Amino acid sequence: MNKFWFKPGLIVLFFVLILFSSLLVIGQQTADKDKMQIQVPPPPLNEDTFPCSMCHGDMETNPERRELVDFHENIVLKHDEENRWCMACHDDKNRDMLHSASGELIDFSESYKLCGQCHGPKLKDWEAGIHGRRTGQWNGEKKYLLCAHCHNPHSPKFPHLKPEPAPIKPGKKK
Amino acid sequence: MSIQKTTFSPKKVDRRSFLKAAAATSSAAALAACGDKAAIEEFLQRDFRSLSKEKIAKIIERLEAEYAQKYGKAFTVSTKEPIPETFFGYALDLSRCIGCRKCVYACVDENNQSRDPQLHWIQVLEMEKEKGVDFIDANLYYDHEEVPHEGHFYVPIACQHCKNPPCVKSCPVGATWTDSDGIVVIDYNWCIGCRCCMAACPYGARHFNWGRPTLPAEDANPNTHYLGNRPRMKGVVEKCTWCIQRVREGRYPACVEACPVGARKFGNLLDKDSEIRYILENKRVLILREVLNTQPKFYYFYST
Ligand code: SF4
Repeated sequence: MNKFWFKPGLIVLFFVLILFSSLLVIGQQTADKDKMQIQVPPPPLNEDTFPCSMCHGDMETNPERRELVDFHENIVLKHDEENRWCMACHDDKNRDMLHSASGELIDFSESYKLCGQCHGPKLKDWEAGIHGRRTGQWNGEKKYLLCAHCHNPHSPKFPHLKPEPAPIKPGKKK
Repeated sequence: MSIQKTTFSPKKVDRRSFLKAAAATSSAAALAACGDKAAIEEFLQRDFRSLSKEKIAKIIERLEAEYAQKYGKAFTVSTKEPIPETFFGYALDLSRCIGCRKCVYACVDENNQSRDPQLHWIQVLEMEKEKGVDFIDANLYYDHEEVPHEGHFYVPIACQHCKNPPCVKSCPVGATWTDSDGIVVIDYNWCIGCRCCMAACPYGARHFNWGRPTLPAEDANPNTHYLGNRPRMKGVVEKCTWCIQRVREGRYPACVEACPVGARKFGNLLDKDSEIRYILENKRVLILREVLNTQPKFYYFYST
């Protein structure tokens, strides 16, 4: 019986199998990663304020929660504001990047990865094409938007809109 | 016998004057026919499904010329058939719709609805959250400064493209039917305007052209489909076709692209990777007036 285990052919076969299955796992991961590379238009960044490093490049970071007076006074944080301030999402070393909760840098063009940390089910729906506006082809290439194209990240509730005119009641003239 | 005597007297008409008179009357008839040839052809036109390819081509040529003249721009009237292995479904996210009516007017622009008398294929109903989906007290004519209005939600309604459509069954002449991709269509030229379908539809989705539809030339959308958004005439019924002229080219319906909150979803029910299938498999879905067994392919859902 003992001899059986030392047959070189069997050992080679064993290693080949291990190698093969690990390749399969790696292949799966890259496939999943490809799925994550969703084509989106460029993020809605303002030329006056981006790149952030234009001003913040050699500025000391002040992480204190305060009223913004000279700059960015138009930003109203209404997004879990009790627990968060600028540096919760913006990176203080690499000023033109965002970062995840675990410190991983995230480009503005992939900001959905940042949003998805808290809004997991929404991210999943967005990837499936259920959340958000979709244009393009139902049977082909679809155009996605970033979260920030519709939601102001500092105050993400969708704004109220003025409705288009009501239809004319029957019997009434235009 | 007396009739023969008075109307026909061979003695008085020689061969030559007879021929002269005959030529004169036939050319008059031919002249009259020239002016109204198109009208006569249209009048004699059979229902769309029984027409040969050649006849359809002639009709399309006639319609394109007519519209080009009327609206001062080149029109295309497609007769594109269903894409094989497609069966369309539509889904609308009730937890997202804010009642802005952008879809209503995008539809009017895309589908050449009459501006006056006004005709809308999509009707957005405002309902009270307290009461839930309740058609009796729903308000079509809400007019707020801003939407969504406190305590209310919105249910846009258009053709539900039922799998078991009462309208199709009720049409006495077969002017409306379901194509193989699931779109319920109308042949406006075969419609006799009896409005049986309107009485049969439990969703109020069919609309009648009581007056001559008006469509300003500059607003006319020249990319049309015979069974869809080509300009309509007085006395026929019309309704949503899921933008047949767009979806058979692979595009989304106009309302899907217009909705600012992305509440509208469209796709192929036979494709298991489609957005519409994802919704049916993962979300809370409802159909309107389920008890009537109309089996709509228009699904309302809550994404949250
Ligand atoms: S455009 Fe979208 S949000 Fe506005 S009424 Fe239509 S479905 Fe609702």
